[in-house]
Amino acid sequence: MTQEEIIRKAEEKAGEDALIARILAGERDLFHELIRPYERILYSMVFSMLGNEADAEDAAQTAVIQAYMNLEKYRGESRFSTWLITIALNEGRSRLRKVKSLREDSIDAIGEEADGDYTPALLTDWREIPSEVLERKEVREHLQKAIERLPLIYREVLVMRDMEGLDMEETARSLCVTTTVVKVRLHRARRMMQRGLAPLLKRYAPKGKGWLGGWS
Amino acid sequence: MKIDCKHVWDHISSYIDGEIDPDLRKEIDRHLEHCSICSATIDSTRNIVVLMADERVYEIPAGFSKRLHARLDAAIHGEETDPA
Repeated sequence: MTQEEIIRKAEEKAGEDALIARILAGERDLFHELIRPYERILYSMVFSMLGNEADAEDAAQTAVIQAYMNLEKYRGESRFSTWLITIALNEGRSRLRKVKSLREDSIDAIGEEADGDYTPALLTDWREIPSEVLERKEVREHLQKAIERLPLIYREVLVMRDMEGLDMEETARSLCVTTTVVKVRLHRARRMMQRGLAPLLKRYAPKGKGWLGGWS
Repeated sequence: MKIDCKHVWDHISSYIDGEIDPDLRKEIDRHLEHCSICSATIDSTRNIVVLMADERVYEIPAGFSKRLHARLDAAIHGEETDPA
């Protein structure tokens, strides 16, 4: 993190802490403003866990209400966003437990230990894919399905870091793991995404000279 | 130090994030000059990371924010109890 980012984040935190003090002192409606910047990440986190819009929306709402009801328990040691995201993660996990057994968690744990012999999707030529391809529903679906296929521990990190742009520190704090663990999980998540997606996305790259490289 | 493809694959993520030891980066760059598979692997991974950051991957349902604040409003004004 650069010096400027550290200063900006400290200022943001001071602003939020002041807002929280006012809410706790009785200006309850200010809570609307407090959570506004985090609506998207809350939804993305629980959607990535639950996989459907209606459940994700309800879980995100529930997390916000829980945060509101328990605001006096926020100690201000971490950033408010970290605390809020942790509440959403817990809400998502608790809903997952209701629909699935704990089996998935044990599979996830094995997945983290075993690195195995990794081979990427072997391509010899790769052109930049313009972001306009995301206009296409099938491309968005390819990405969504690839995310969905990741074991939960990798999905969480990928969504927080690559989708929502949280920094390493905040991702680690929200998940109660070290930054080293975040780096390892992110690395594995990206590798799995590359292996699953690159062959599918390749067809959306612009055609041109040198494009016939094809598969290796 | 001469590195092979497997070694490059082990560092793809930190290479893309620019969080890699400068000497190792130089070695990887040298490897990429002659290895089309590793070049394509890094480029495709980077491409996927770029696409992932686009908000269109997960679209928020229409009216999500409005419904969220309506429910929050009900909680603030005492019409909803703690869901925990």
